[in-house]
Amino acid sequence: MMRKSVGLLSQYLIGVLFGLGLLVSGMSNPEKVLGFLDLAGAWDPSLIFVMGGAVLVGLVAFYLAKKRTQSFFGDALQIPTRRDIDKRLVIGSLLFGLGWGIAGFCPGPALVALGTGHIKALVFVLAMLVGMAACEWFFSGNKRTPALK
Amino acid sequence: MQIDWTAFTPGPALFGGILLGIAAALYVHFHGRILGISGITSGLLRLQQHDTFWRVCFIVGLLSAPFWAGFLFGLHPAQVIQAEWGALILAGLLVGFGAHYGSGCTSGHGICGLSRLSPRSLVATASFMGAGFLTVFVIRHVLS
Repeated sequence: MMRKSVGLLSQYLIGVLFGLGLLVSGMSNPEKVLGFLDLAGAWDPSLIFVMGGAVLVGLVAFYLAKKRTQSFFGDALQIPTRRDIDKRLVIGSLLFGLGWGIAGFCPGPALVALGTGHIKALVFVLAMLVGMAACEWFFSGNKRTPALK
Repeated sequence: MQIDWTAFTPGPALFGGILLGIAAALYVHFHGRILGISGITSGLLRLQQHDTFWRVCFIVGLLSAPFWAGFLFGLHPAQVIQAEWGALILAGLLVGFGAHYGSGCTSGHGICGLSRLSPRSLVATASFMGAGFLTVFVIRHVLS
């Protein structure tokens, strides 16, 4: 019971930390994201530094995580093992990029912007949930990896 | 290529990026999972018992981040959303469907996938970045 509550608190706190990262980095501001995606206009390369900082920490973290047999809270490690490139991966990512380019929002920043009480973020998030539900119901979600490490 | 030096903020970008990396690191070590927003969110739609509440806790954390940013650090970063309502809805549908269909978004494929050197995530990231660059080019320099 205690362990479970601490686990849920950890979920919350990591959510807060991730949200702070999005706010501080500028990722939660669609105008900044679009400034990065606009290579032909006045280009703002800031988001390369966001990605660079995150991946720098991530490289070490995931290298160490692969050596674990279970998580700190005792859950099984659910790190994907698939390596094949299928149409679904590419088509889904292209559609996602198309939507990202239209509004400058991806899922995390949209949720954080919703937390600021922005009505436009609410509309985006509701549409995003409908899009996810459509995929879940008509295409049975993302193909889950059966062999979880 | 012309760089917008007034908008360029490498310091906060790098610092924020490191926070994102630390969050992803804590997530995989504490919970054994990939910190992927589309995956955590879309899992809610399956409505399976014992698989919902932890997702809600994480998402409430994301939603309350602006409050903590203001309360703890006096930070109130602006969000400028220029897209019109119709464009916003279309974009939301595409982002939700595409990220779920392609098994991930900027966090799961971008941050975590690249960090674990996954070939699938590299292809996914190149695909959505490429589509994003192309979309903005068409909207800002071809259509208008």
